[in-house]
Amino acid sequence: MKLSGWGQYPTAQAESRVVHSKRKVSELLAETQSAHLIPRGLGRSYGDSALAEQILNTQHLNHFMAFDPSTGEISCAAGVSFAELLEIFVPRGWFLPVTPGTKFVTVGGAIASDVHGKNHHLDGCFSQHVLSIKLALASGEIIDCSPSEHPELFHATCGGMGLTGVILQATFRLLPIESALIEERSYKTKNLAETLELFEEHEASTYSVAWIDCLSTGDKLGRSLLMLGEHATRGELEAHKNSKLNVPINMPNLLLNRYSIQAFNTLYYHKQTQTHAQRSVHYEPYFYPLDGIHNWNRLYGKNGFTQYQFVLPKEAGLEGMTRILKEIAQSKRGSFLAVLKAFGAANENYLSFPTEGYTLALDFKIDAALFPFLEELDHIVLDYGGRLYLTKDARMSETTFKQSYPLWETFQEVRTRYGADQVFNSLQSQRLGL
Amino acid sequence: MKNILVIGATSAIAEQTIRLYAKQNTNLYLLGRDEEKLQAIAQDAQIRGAESASFHVLDFNNFDRHPKVLEAAFAKLGTIDLVLIAHGSLPNQQACEESVETTLRELNTNAISGIALLTLIANQMEMQGCGTIAVITSVAGDRGRQSNYVYGAAKGMLSIFLQGLRNRLFKKGVHVLDIKPGFVDTPMTAEFKKGPLWAKPETIAKQIVKAVERRKNTLYTPWFWSIIMLIIRNIPEVVFKKLKL
Repeated sequence: MKLSGWGQYPTAQAESRVVHSKRKVSELLAETQSAHLIPRGLGRSYGDSALAEQILNTQHLNHFMAFDPSTGEISCAAGVSFAELLEIFVPRGWFLPVTPGTKFVTVGGAIASDVHGKNHHLDGCFSQHVLSIKLALASGEIIDCSPSEHPELFHATCGGMGLTGVILQATFRLLPIESALIEERSYKTKNLAETLELFEEHEASTYSVAWIDCLSTGDKLGRSLLMLGEHATRGELEAHKNSKLNVPINMPNLLLNRYSIQAFNTLYYHKQTQTHAQRSVHYEPYFYPLDGIHNWNRLYGKNGFTQYQFVLPKEAGLEGMTRILKEIAQSKRGSFLAVLKAFGAANENYLSFPTEGYTLALDFKIDAALFPFLEELDHIVLDYGGRLYLTKDARMSETTFKQSYPLWETFQEVRTRYGADQVFNSLQSQRLGL
Repeated sequence: MKNILVIGATSAIAEQTIRLYAKQNTNLYLLGRDEEKLQAIAQDAQIRGAESASFHVLDFNNFDRHPKVLEAAFAKLGTIDLVLIAHGSLPNQQACEESVETTLRELNTNAISGIALLTLIANQMEMQGCGTIAVITSVAGDRGRQSNYVYGAAKGMLSIFLQGLRNRLFKKGVHVLDIKPGFVDTPMTAEFKKGPLWAKPETIAKQIVKAVERRKNTLYTPWFWSIIMLIIRNIPEVVFKKLKL
């Protein structure tokens, strides 16, 4: 069958095998002849990281194994989705310790991408709340790893893009909450400097993220809406409802163009009239605004899009961001949503994306001139010592990757030691020379 | 609170149905062949909210063990609100044509074992005078077709048995639901090419829960199968026998 990531670029022929039990995964790995096999959950990584000749679909590995209501410690199979976790545990007063911008990801995928959320500056990545994982190795053997047991395998697997083995099960800690609501405070800023200052000023806020109007220029460059959030202490523990909105087919390529994107950005910036606003909002629209429209990726048309997410070190923040935002504004390639966030310190995982500094994520529709433009941005990012997020990537070069992920050799060593390089390879890993 | 007995609990449709009932504070008693899977499903159901979830291993073609195992289930659950029978297999039609033994085994798995269990369950339910018996049969039981008539005959037998049972138990306050799914994407049908008519077990499970609540007699699921089967049932045999179905 033809498969692609969330960005619908690239697409590839793949043979997909659905597995229903840990035993089946082991059996399949023991007998597979393929050297191009990759596990795949809900297919929400954007580019080619979950594409290969043979796909091992883990969505049906979705049992819960244990839950301790006194500590919030939960063990579940890798195919359990964040949406399902929230549905079951929010009513009992528990929330995800870290969540990305969509709840349609699996636990296994979240670990393989080592996802971060709006609380990264305080709470780190998802893997930092994981106590242990069960991993099926290339041989089919199943082993436990954690920060203390086979630590090198644990640090390679968290953020390892499925290239070390098949994550079967994980134990992690949920976060206690008293309400499903988030107390949101938002600030309207005039420019990038003010935005970055506000991030600093509010670094004690549990959640923080800014939406940038990436088409504004001059002294308005980088004007933003900064949104802070805290779990409310009042309000009901009500889980989200499933949205019925759907984009049934790919939209015409022209739907999202320079003018519609500029109009949207201007409207979005001006939707808040005061410079400071406050409201209580359910976690669903706060964390997952785009989950309300199923298949929103089809808005970009059948040629697809790519999300360009990079991080720059803190000291390079204002200067580097300014340079990149200028390039983007000049190119007139607006992004529908551009999201800025301050990261806290990096963790020990070899390929985890976040490092202390600022990250910006932009969606770009694929067209002939896009990749040369992104190459230019890559150079700026590398100049400032930054890097790109593998989960969003569909096109970076091997050189860019190896230069910006200095621990790639350690990662590769661990992979070789466990024979993973002989079996687990995605289109992305081949492109990146892993 | 609801007390539910699930037979063939490791089938994909049964498991999804169990998950939905688990959210409603139910007491579950699960029967199936594979102990490891049963244990995983019972544990999962408890974490999802079931008040209790017990299980017992039973090979349904081992008829001699039925009475004892069912007695234990009845004793554990007390008054039973729902019995869901979901076990079955998808025979290879070709293999059945070549072997009497295979044909008889498939008939046992897909019809006779269910009827044996239902005979005992019906008496128990009649005695308690309430509750629902829900059995997963198949749209294949509506008309024999060359591609899978052994399976069709077994499911059809089960459906006719259920009609009679419904008729008998109606005045005793026991409801009988015949669930007829179309193509469902489960491990049982892993080898098939999937098309637009295929449904997920989650979808089927939701409709089962609804049909039990509304005391439906027959549930074609997803709904469009009621139309497809209406047409298929009404094609004259002189024409039907020439079709490749």
